[in-house]
Amino acid sequence: MLAHEVLEDLVQVLGRENVLTEQEDLLTYAYDATAAMKHHKPDVVVAPLSTEQVADVVKIALRHHVPIYPRGSGTNLSGGTIPIEGGIVLSMLNLNKILEVDQDNLTATVQPGVIIQALNDEAAKYGLLYPPDPGTVTTATMGGSVSECSGGLRGLKYGVTKHYIMGLQMVLANGEVIRWGGKTVKNVTGYDLVALFTGAEGTLGIITEIIVKLIPAPEARKSILAVFDDIDKAGRAIAAIIRNKVIPATLEILDNATIQTVENFVHAGLPMDAEAVLLCEVDGYKEVVEREAVLVERILKEEGAVQVKIAKDDKERDLLWLARRSALPALAQKRPTTVLEDATVPRSKIPDMLKAIRRIATKYNLQIATFGHAGDGNLHPTILTDERELEEMKRVHMAVDEIFETAIALGGTLSGEHGIGIAKMKYLGLEFGEAGVAALRRIKEAMDPNYVLNPLKMVRRD
Amino acid sequence: MSVYDSLDSITEELHKCMKCGNCMAVCPIYKETRKEVGVARGKISLAEYILSGEAEMTKGMADRFSLCTTCMACNTNCPCGVRFDKIILAARAEAVRKKGLHPVKKIAFTALKMQRMFDFGMKAGSIFQGVALKNAPSRHSKLARMRVDVGIGKEKLFPMLSKKTLRSEFPEVVTIKNPKMRVGFFTGCMINYFYTDIGRAVIEVLTENNIEVVIPKFQACCGIPASVNGDVDSACSLAKRNLRAFERMGADALVVACSSGGTAWKHVYGELLENDHEFKALADKWAKKSYDISEFLIHQVPFKKEGLGRVRRKVTYHEPCHLNRGQGISKEPREILKSIPGVELIEMKEPGRCCGMAGSFSLVHPDLSVQISDRKTADIQTTNTDTVATGCPACRLQLQSGIENAGFDREVLHTVQILAESYRVGK
Ligand SMILES: Cc1cc2nc3c(=O)[nH]c(=O)nc-3n(C[C@H](O)[C@H](O)[C@H](O)COP(=O)(O)OP(=O)(O)OC[C@H]3O[C@@H](n4cnc5c(N)ncnc54)[C@H](O)[C@@H]3O)c2cc1C
Ligand code: SF4
Ligand code: SF4
Repeated sequence: MLAHEVLEDLVQVLGRENVLTEQEDLLTYAYDATAAMKHHKPDVVVAPLSTEQVADVVKIALRHHVPIYPRGSGTNLSGGTIPIEGGIVLSMLNLNKILEVDQDNLTATVQPGVIIQALNDEAAKYGLLYPPDPGTVTTATMGGSVSECSGGLRGLKYGVTKHYIMGLQMVLANGEVIRWGGKTVKNVTGYDLVALFTGAEGTLGIITEIIVKLIPAPEARKSILAVFDDIDKAGRAIAAIIRNKVIPATLEILDNATIQTVENFVHAGLPMDAEAVLLCEVDGYKEVVEREAVLVERILKEEGAVQVKIAKDDKERDLLWLARRSALPALAQKRPTTVLEDATVPRSKIPDMLKAIRRIATKYNLQIATFGHAGDGNLHPTILTDERELEEMKRVHMAVDEIFETAIALGGTLSGEHGIGIAKMKYLGLEFGEAGVAALRRIKEAMDPNYVLNPLKMVRRD
Repeated sequence: MSVYDSLDSITEELHKCMKCGNCMAVCPIYKETRKEVGVARGKISLAEYILSGEAEMTKGMADRFSLCTTCMACNTNCPCGVRFDKIILAARAEAVRKKGLHPVKKIAFTALKMQRMFDFGMKAGSIFQGVALKNAPSRHSKLARMRVDVGIGKEKLFPMLSKKTLRSEFPEVVTIKNPKMRVGFFTGCMINYFYTDIGRAVIEVLTENNIEVVIPKFQACCGIPASVNGDVDSACSLAKRNLRAFERMGADALVVACSSGGTAWKHVYGELLENDHEFKALADKWAKKSYDISEFLIHQVPFKKEGLGRVRRKVTYHEPCHLNRGQGISKEPREILKSIPGVELIEMKEPGRCCGMAGSFSLVHPDLSVQISDRKTADIQTTNTDTVATGCPACRLQLQSGIENAGFDREVLHTVQILAESYRVGK
């Protein structure tokens, strides 16, 4: 339980209406989108209206030794917002203004509670685009996606969140406010704290303002579907496209289990017996797009696709992407619990990874469907299960362990885009070794010696 | 086991929710409050805590479950197919079982149930209105504003009670020569007491299409205001009364012109009366032949196009949640509007977004209701139109009230009124 003075101090700074203390409200901040994760109720939820108020909250927390758990929309998949030690949940949703779109410098300045899609809607008015597009564009906040360094479908050509973050204002663990980076393309002044805070999962400081890079929205796009009867051929096709110096905006793969589920769900005309389908989109100037689409079509055929189809019009295109976007929802309806991983390997190892996942599914007798951003080597093995079946959940955990081990052995990483949070903390040693984990901890302790900010996430406290 | 009987009935529904938060993108309440408890995911988690025994159904819980316009937008946007409409009904029924009805709602529902009292209120209406409400200047419909704030805010505009109820204006059977069909008209309260002009338009259009209209005197409130707020007993007795009323008069089909009435006859009565064999059979029988007026005119009649006169209106169409998502009727009203000569249909941004009325929701959460309405009003204002068409009297009230408060000029009508107008002009 929180000392009474803490609540009084918080109310004094934020006013009654932005401090939630009733059980019925607190219980709704005990979880996030992470599956099969124990929930924890916070002691209080606060929703500040300004950077100054955020700084005041941090100072109060520091004074009373109470942990702070920053929260955007709570859609992360690694337990990043769960207040595992109670304390204060800091909702950033009231800081939700787009402060500026700067057409001359191609930047936008936003508060962290802005929803990604809202920024894109605003940018679109100027013919501009903010490319990072996680599956949650219409719900996730800018602060949350910067803190997770979210990826999405366009990663292959356009990169991920970190490639678009130019400057940050942040409240440090001691309550001081700093600005780093800015609107300049070049900036080598000091350590790159902007890069450090991007993907820090709220463990180093609280982001209160973000300057992002925008790009001109591409003029045209074309989507291509390719069907394979062999996973290896699909893998070779991915490599061949890139080798031919075409960088599609998007290059996605669905395995057989996913295809069957999706096809039953949306009837997009995917062949049920295919081993894999690749979905590719090229974008840019009209003329370039025409040329690249034909080239991609030829490469896919040469690499042994049994069927290649270029979407004729927007309707066909939308149907293809509906199929891709329905992958997770369709799978999620099959069993009550959906464990979605994002182990990532070098692009060339995609066939090995897919085969390993299939082997693991058989070994532990589990339903695993895999889809994902093949062009980025970022796969989403999705385990369909039921968290009430305890014996099955044990097998799920063993399978997850083995998926991670395989990814690392193939030269990959634990997480491509969903973050470490609570869920993957124990695997860090696999990737960094003990010395690496210790280095991570020293950075945490340099910035937040008292473990006030999102404690017990990403960094172990010994 | 129906959702009205016990919270256990939704266990599987709750388990389907993967907490992805997609519902946040569309929830009108969450958009305003930005609090997790406003969105489906938050209320689902509360129901889970209650079922697992981790939390109890407190008065505070009941208050949280009242935070929902039951607009069903979350249903449509949910990747896991969670039927939140069922969850909220079950949670509210549980809340009433454990904690009783919210006082404001209690007054409203008992009045609805006691129809005689309501009818008396109508007769005394002019006096009552003089005391409590003052006329709000409006060019289009009679709206009134509360003189004193009785806990529901003074912002909200109310329609003036009509001089005569619709059902007293017409005989029980509106006969015509050689009818091709006999149709029962379930008026619902708002059309009977306030918006009698919608009711007249329904009768006009049906008779114009050579259909005999039966308006059973004994019919009552549809019961939805009670059932969505967990007052299952009242809802059941209203359902039975209505079924009896229409069964006694008999009809080839039943039409409604409000979205709650349609929902009641098509879906809710069967569920409410699941454990009553005799009435369950009746409910199922009538459910099969119940239609919204626009659905009926497009698919069952189809309504005659000759004789339609020119109506010069630029119209934008607002989708009632329980007509669009609740009954899948969205193309039909537009088809009617487009077939009327002179009518130009101009879509607003997000026509399917909830207007925030949601029956008694607007009484219990007046401020939120107005905030939600303001967004709708702004969307309407940016269309270059002179008329707003919709398919539900409750939406009509909310939209007109929002427009009057914003101080611009649009006439809000039920789609069928514009069709009736066209037949009239064509004569
Ligand atoms: C269905 C589904 C699909 C998804 N698809 C993708 C995908 O394609 N690609 C992808 O990368 N991710 C995906 N995700 C994961 C998730 O949507 C992203 O990580 C998202 O960007 C998180 O945003 P949020 O606002 O919900 O953040 P939260 O979940 O609220 O927070 C995420 C982390 O950021 C911290 N934080 C939040 N705000 C701040 C702040 N202002 N300052 C400091 N720290 C802060 C929190 O403490 C937490 O550690 C998906 C999730 C779901 C449920
Ligand atoms: S969209 Fe559906 S599954 Fe996702 S949180 Fe909302 S109700 Fe649950
Ligand atoms: S029904 Fe509407 S108001 Fe209720 S939770 Fe769903 S989206 Fe929100």
